Amino acid sequence: MVTPPAGPPDPAGGPSTSRSAKLLRRTRLALAGVVRRGAGSRRKRLTRGPAVRDLLDEALAGVAARPTRLILTTLGTVLGIAALVGTVGLGQTAAGQITQRFDLAAATRVVVQPDDKGGQEGEAATQLPWDAPERIARLNGVDAAGTVSQLEVGDDLVRSVAGLDGQKEGHALQVMAGSPGLFDAVRGGLTTGRFFDAGHDKRGDRVVVLGKNAAERLGINRVDSQPAIFVGDQAYTVIGILDSVSGRAELLDAVIMPNGAAKLAYDLESPDAVEIRTAVGAAQLIAGQAPVAIDPNNPSALKVDAPPKQGGVRKGVESDLNALFLLLGAVALLVGGLGIANVTLLSVLERVSEIGLRRALGAARRHVAAQFLVESVIVGFLGGLLGTAVGVLLTVGVSWFRDWTPILDSRLSLGAPLLGAVIGLIAGTYPAWKASAIQPITALRGT
Amino acid sequence: MSATAVALPAPVVEMIGVRRFFPGPPEVQAIREVDLTIGQGEYLSIVGPSGSGKSTLLHLLGLLDNPTGGVYRLDGVDTLSLRERRRAVLRGERIGFVFQSFHLLDHRTVLENVALSMVYVGVPRRERIARARVALERVGLAHRMDFAPTTLSGGERQRVAIARALVAEPSLLLADEPTGNLDSANAEAILEVFDELHHEGMTLAVITHDDNVSRRAQRQVRIVDGTLQW
Repeated sequence: MVTPPAGPPDPAGGPSTSRSAKLLRRTRLALAGVVRRGAGSRRKRLTRGPAVRDLLDEALAGVAARPTRLILTTLGTVLGIAALVGTVGLGQTAAGQITQRFDLAAATRVVVQPDDKGGQEGEAATQLPWDAPERIARLNGVDAAGTVSQLEVGDDLVRSVAGLDGQKEGHALQVMAGSPGLFDAVRGGLTTGRFFDAGHDKRGDRVVVLGKNAAERLGINRVDSQPAIFVGDQAYTVIGILDSVSGRAELLDAVIMPNGAAKLAYDLESPDAVEIRTAVGAAQLIAGQAPVAIDPNNPSALKVDAPPKQGGVRKGVESDLNALFLLLGAVALLVGGLGIANVTLLSVLERVSEIGLRRALGAARRHVAAQFLVESVIVGFLGGLLGTAVGVLLTVGVSWFRDWTPILDSRLSLGAPLLGAVIGLIAGTYPAWKASAIQPITALRGT
Repeated sequence: MSATAVALPAPVVEMIGVRRFFPGPPEVQAIREVDLTIGQGEYLSIVGPSGSGKSTLLHLLGLLDNPTGGVYRLDGVDTLSLRERRRAVLRGERIGFVFQSFHLLDHRTVLENVALSMVYVGVPRRERIARARVALERVGLAHRMDFAPTTLSGGERQRVAIARALVAEPSLLLADEPTGNLDSANAEAILEVFDELHHEGMTLAVITHDDNVSRRAQRQVRIVDGTLQW
């Protein structure tokens, strides 16, 4: 045996013999009691194992012993859970905002038109009556209703009188006809001027409202001087410019005249469709009642476009938005789980002598397995906890940035850390089994 | 059983015809036909060159390994018939290990290292800490309780290991080359601790290849090629 290089001073060894002698005397005093106790008194303790709390403590100490490694190990889980929570949270938040917009526009819009099918040679089986808006307006839950029709203008082009635009021959613009209620029904907004009213309609006045795109092409931007346009060889006075509509966007590109004028000029026989704006939540009801109100004898000949039932929109948007990100989150979680499994396995190999020692101190195989399993569950749970925090922050941050109201399912925020723990449990199973299979003799052989 | 114990204390260790073969190929007959009895309070040394099977014998004695055949009774309990869980409990309660390389947990304090040996025996936490404290005071390491083992010298570490082995009140102290990693002065101090323990009635089995260590024992057994020689 060689003398090792001088290390730190050892109070019990070497030259300080008097000190060590004193220590030994004290040792003797203490151990006397220990040794003399009979083996029989301890026999009944044989069945008692370690407390669950102690196993937890050991696992916690094992995890806490290597903080840097702990952080790196949890990283995958953190990313995965954060992606998951952030995706679901942002999806819910975004879906909430989108649904709000739908509530205002699409969810209150009902359109009734003759069904193309059922008639002969592609013709509709029935015609809408001119008084359809009045019939509809009597229903409870209808805010506004109006007819809309596309006019067959043949070769008639539209040009402005003032000749402000270069196009001498005129423009091939859409010409449409509507009842006075149409603009209210499609939430029309004006740039300038006014809509035509029941008086214009009744008298057959030659007035038009221009869609904003049509007005731009005709070079008309104000109506206070009562500009006129020609449709074919008929002159019309422009009384308003339409700025915005919801649902029927083609109105913005069209020249719109009252039904009365359209009947005179183009022999319009019946409206193409009825646009209905309902109260919020009444769309489904109105969709069911409208055909009967319009044509009690033959309601099935009418086709009704109504918004899907409440929730349907939301669900559809959510699943579209989330599918990809959920997949990404799942992949990140898988990688995170593999990371935990990998590091735990490495840790098992590294701590072989510790495992051997624990076995020598009376740990059964299952105690060793339990320790490593609990350690990886702790790592997974910590990752889940951190990931949830990051995901929630992400959701709230993006919402704040985009002026949204963050919507978070509390089950998600509570469940995500548990999901991390489950991942840790699954990831730790193999390393734990591996650790428990280590023979104490091989484990203790090394120096 | 208790009647015989009163009349004549049962030996701590009773090995009859114990064999340990490691399946080959080639099969290694590490221990063949060992009969060994260690009475209560005996101080035994087992010497032998490396490869003689003394480590295997230590593992068998310490219930870390199962014999291929034979009978091994520890404190009168037939260990071969026990299931793994019971053997682990028996090991934790009845045997204290002292290793050549100490086997202390580097990330835990000295006190926690000593207390650890009572965890698997089911001693409540408060009692563990109290007993570990006492044991460390008695080996003269009261001032090192909250230190990490890595900051201690070799001799101090081995004293921590001895405290750990004794704090669970074992029937048998098994030491595997306890002085192998120590300089002669520290080794001497450890051997003096063993002498004291022996005087107090502890049953000790020390495995070594060092004659200076083996000479201190009350009885010496030599192991050669897996068999014991007196």
